[in-house]
Amino acid sequence: MTDSPELSPKRSFQGLILALQTFWAEQGCVILQPYDMEMGAGTFHPATTLRALGPKPWKAAYVQPSRRPKDGRYGENPNRLQHYYQFQAILKPSPDDIQELYLRSLAKIGIDQKLHDIRFVEDDWESPTLGASGLGWECWCDGMEVSQFTYFQQVAGFECAPVSGELTYGLERLAMYVQGVENVFDLNFNGREGKDKVTYGDVFKQAEQEFSRFNFEFADTEMLFRHFKDAEDECKRLLAAGDKGKRHEMALPAYDQCIKASHAFNLLDARGVISVTERQSFILRVRELAKACGAAWLKTEGGGA
Amino acid sequence: MPDLLLELFSEEIPARMQRGAMENLKKLVTDKLVDAGLTYDGAKAFATPRRIALAVHGLPARQPDRREEKKGPRVGAPDQAVQGFLKSAGLKSIGEAKVQPDKKGDFYFAVIERKGRPAAEVIAEIIPEVVRAFPWPKSMRWGARSAQRAAFQPGAFQASAFQTGPLHWVRPLHSILCTFGPETEEPEIVKFEIDGIKAGDITHGHRVHAPGPIKVKRLEDYLTKLHAAKVVPDPDRRKATILADAKDLALAQGLDLVEDEGLLEEVAGLVEWPVVLIGSFDAAFLGIPPEVIRATIRNNQKCFVLRTPSTSPLVGEVGAKRREGGGAASTTNSPGPPPPTPPHKGEGSRLANKFITVANQEATDGGEAIKAGNARVIRARLSDAKFFWEQDRKKRLEERLPKLKEIVFHEKLGTQAERVERIARLAKELAPIVKADPQKAEQAARLAKADLVTDMVGEFPELQGTMGKYYALAEGIDPEVAAAIEEHYKPQGPSDRVPTAPVSIAVALADKIDVLVGFNAAGEIPTGSRDPYGLRRAELGVIRILETNSIKLDIREVIEKHYIHFAIRLASTDQEFATELAKRSLSQEVLQDENFSTRWEQELLHKAAASWSFAYANESILNLGERLIVQLRARGIPYDVVEAVISLGFPDRPVLANPLLAIRRVEALGKFLDTDDGKNLLVGYRRAANILRDEEKKDKRSYAGEPDPKLLQAPEEKALAAAISKVEQEVDAAIKREDFAAAMTAIAKLRAPVDAFFEKVTVNAEDKALRENRLKLLDRIRAATRTVADFSRIEG
Repeated sequence: MTDSPELSPKRSFQGLILALQTFWAEQGCVILQPYDMEMGAGTFHPATTLRALGPKPWKAAYVQPSRRPKDGRYGENPNRLQHYYQFQAILKPSPDDIQELYLRSLAKIGIDQKLHDIRFVEDDWESPTLGASGLGWECWCDGMEVSQFTYFQQVAGFECAPVSGELTYGLERLAMYVQGVENVFDLNFNGREGKDKVTYGDVFKQAEQEFSRFNFEFADTEMLFRHFKDAEDECKRLLAAGDKGKRHEMALPAYDQCIKASHAFNLLDARGVISVTERQSFILRVRELAKACGAAWLKTEGGGA
Repeated sequence: MPDLLLELFSEEIPARMQRGAMENLKKLVTDKLVDAGLTYDGAKAFATPRRIALAVHGLPARQPDRREEKKGPRVGAPDQAVQGFLKSAGLKSIGEAKVQPDKKGDFYFAVIERKGRPAAEVIAEIIPEVVRAFPWPKSMRWGARSAQRAAFQPGAFQASAFQTGPLHWVRPLHSILCTFGPETEEPEIVKFEIDGIKAGDITHGHRVHAPGPIKVKRLEDYLTKLHAAKVVPDPDRRKATILADAKDLALAQGLDLVEDEGLLEEVAGLVEWPVVLIGSFDAAFLGIPPEVIRATIRNNQKCFVLRTPSTSPLVGEVGAKRREGGGAASTTNSPGPPPPTPPHKGEGSRLANKFITVANQEATDGGEAIKAGNARVIRARLSDAKFFWEQDRKKRLEERLPKLKEIVFHEKLGTQAERVERIARLAKELAPIVKADPQKAEQAARLAKADLVTDMVGEFPELQGTMGKYYALAEGIDPEVAAAIEEHYKPQGPSDRVPTAPVSIAVALADKIDVLVGFNAAGEIPTGSRDPYGLRRAELGVIRILETNSIKLDIREVIEKHYIHFAIRLASTDQEFATELAKRSLSQEVLQDENFSTRWEQELLHKAAASWSFAYANESILNLGERLIVQLRARGIPYDVVEAVISLGFPDRPVLANPLLAIRRVEALGKFLDTDDGKNLLVGYRRAANILRDEEKKDKRSYAGEPDPKLLQAPEEKALAAAISKVEQEVDAAIKREDFAAAMTAIAKLRAPVDAFFEKVTVNAEDKALRENRLKLLDRIRAATRTVADFSRIEG
């Protein structure tokens, strides 16, 4: 990592990302790039969901753009975005010093424990669509939630053995805190000043406005219902076609379809066309896919078969 | 006498679980110690976010020796049986056994001497058992050892089946400290290992201030060293520190702390070394309702709020309205105005733009960064709340009603919209009885649940009702209606305020009756301590509202009508219920009638619903009685006295149908039974009842019926007969005027004649006709007392 002052985590958004990447690379994580699909959280990345299953050790860290269509505010809310970045570290099995590692990573981005009050506040995590759950905390820095810390107990309906430790950093929020800005769009993205300065708003504000329109008003719901159904069907077809008894040959492509179905559901939800009762059944359908993909993964080499 | 010190050091334990864990640790360990013959002088448990600990004081160094006799087979039993006995008793040969005769012959006995073992050895077995089976509400696996999946069954977290599998704990367990030894000597480490963690004599201090290992001998040493390492192990001490410091900081600013026991307990469970700090937020946010500010700061930030001292003349607009509503309550049909609701603590003061946060450490900058950080988050949260407050007011409550159709209230009870419909009908019906304007009651009921679909209540569910009131006032709705929207949920708990304004009463009663009728009809009956739908709370609420406001209402009739309404609706949507209803209430002949379906629609459904509802209404009335017993017992009236009154009149005219009158009668009876007259009359009653019971049993007949006046001989029996007739009339008249004290005074007049009768008159006379007549007279005593209460229910 370079020592240039512009890349200090206190000065630039990208510096903060780089500092976290470097830290976790030093801990032996593979540094992955974002998964090339739309998803609601870094947990959906197969490097977390699928790799958390099975006996094989695994350590990875990556940034994942996360899409939450319902959270769009047309770029007008200083704290809410329909597209934001999560930084995710997954360590399997969870090391005994994982809390210490986490606190050291905060120190690397300029949060000094002697000055700031870091707290681990109970927050058990559950993802109904992934059939996953875990115990852990939300991590507070001076009263602000900056990370989610989870010991996975179950993923895709399967008990995790061994258990993975998952750390999810809300990057924008952390950056706002260390840079001391009140509005996410004011974040300094590249650490330069004057005419060379690029803000988060310069990069993303237009996207927030346009995608809010898309998410809430213009996304073609008939098409989305169709896409959901197509992804569901394709997922099931691939799961059937790849199943060779004791082995499975297409767990990953099938899981991609599960991610697709999940995102289509999120968009439909944002468009407000799913009633309360239907909502439950859609979630259930995605969960069934996730479970079947998890079962298929356990029959692959990566899953330890 | 040696002491035991145990500490289980882990990652952060949820605050809400620490108190229970302390208590469980103490109970489970000491119970096992005592079972093993290791009695102790005292025990104290501790908990912080990162540890639970236990000190047991005054244990013996070893178990007492125990001697046990074990009975074996009969002398001369087959060799197999003898060998089995030797093995189980630990004997080498049968020569070591004694022979003792008993009724069935000679038997072998083994005398087993159990040498007491060193206490440390026993403790080394006990602690792992306790730790492995520890009843955390939720527990987990972690780390490399979680790869073994052997005994793990999802859902069976606490099963003892995994005594040998990977350890489950609330969060990863890092170390165990366990020492044992007398005060004067170096204690020893109790040797055991749980899932790879060896017990030792090491603990750790505060994560930031003193993270290194600390060697500990015994309790005093542990407390001293932890204090030096910035850890306060006793949660009550942490609470006391936080409360005292918070009050001081408030005082220094000329403000009062808004005390909050729940928050205090939680915050004390989030810190090992509490440091109380005060911060502020923009005074412009004070335009948001204070309940919202408090909910935001409390729930999301776990901070306390402050208020101006209560002597301040400032009163919020809404506070004034509330009292206005309270004043109007005098229109209910009570003889005088109801007792004024005591003002809330702090009413008449308002929130200050300050907050108090509790940090977990002494920051190097004196807490400036921590304060600033918290202030920043609070500002963002309050901005959100302000946004909701402004946004929500753009839509009238009325406009939100269609959305309630989408919210399922309960599978069998339909949507919130249907519930609102039922409550509105009922509130309107109840309005005249409680002297409320029926239109206002209906309007309030219709709007009562509209705030459930506002953003603010979505964010802070506990503000339901409160927000409805604010939004109603903001759109200019009648203040009585607005107050009813807030108060219809009340009273929520024993310490909650009971609504006193007529419109509020109508809607609050309707809401609660719908709950107790609906869930009873749906079969969602509370069991044990579980009452997920708040049935018991609703029942208690009905009683308290009626009593506080002195409302004489035949609640049974109201409840029965509501059941009928329910049954008809449920029958139209739930075929199973309709079938059940028909089977239960109609004859075979009718059921097999070829025109059944036409007749069902036209008349039978209503008939069946009415008969079903009669039974259910009585069931609900009995449930109210249960609540009444609990409620009155809290006032020192024994349950048997309550039962003596409320058991009267079933099934057709239960006294309980009018809870207010039932309470007054119970109270009068309670007072009467405390007097000499009452006690003596009870003795006389029992004497009469006992004689009757015995004689009726012996003669296999009842002695009910009027005695023949011509057969009355002794002056005492004549006097008694005359007194009974007179007293009965007086009691009847008194009860009709609802003057229960007078009824008791009247019944007391029986005491003297009853006493005189028993003193002078022989009931079991030689003359059969005379005997029969006197027994009938005794029955009249029994019958006469029943006009007041069922004396047979009263225990001695």
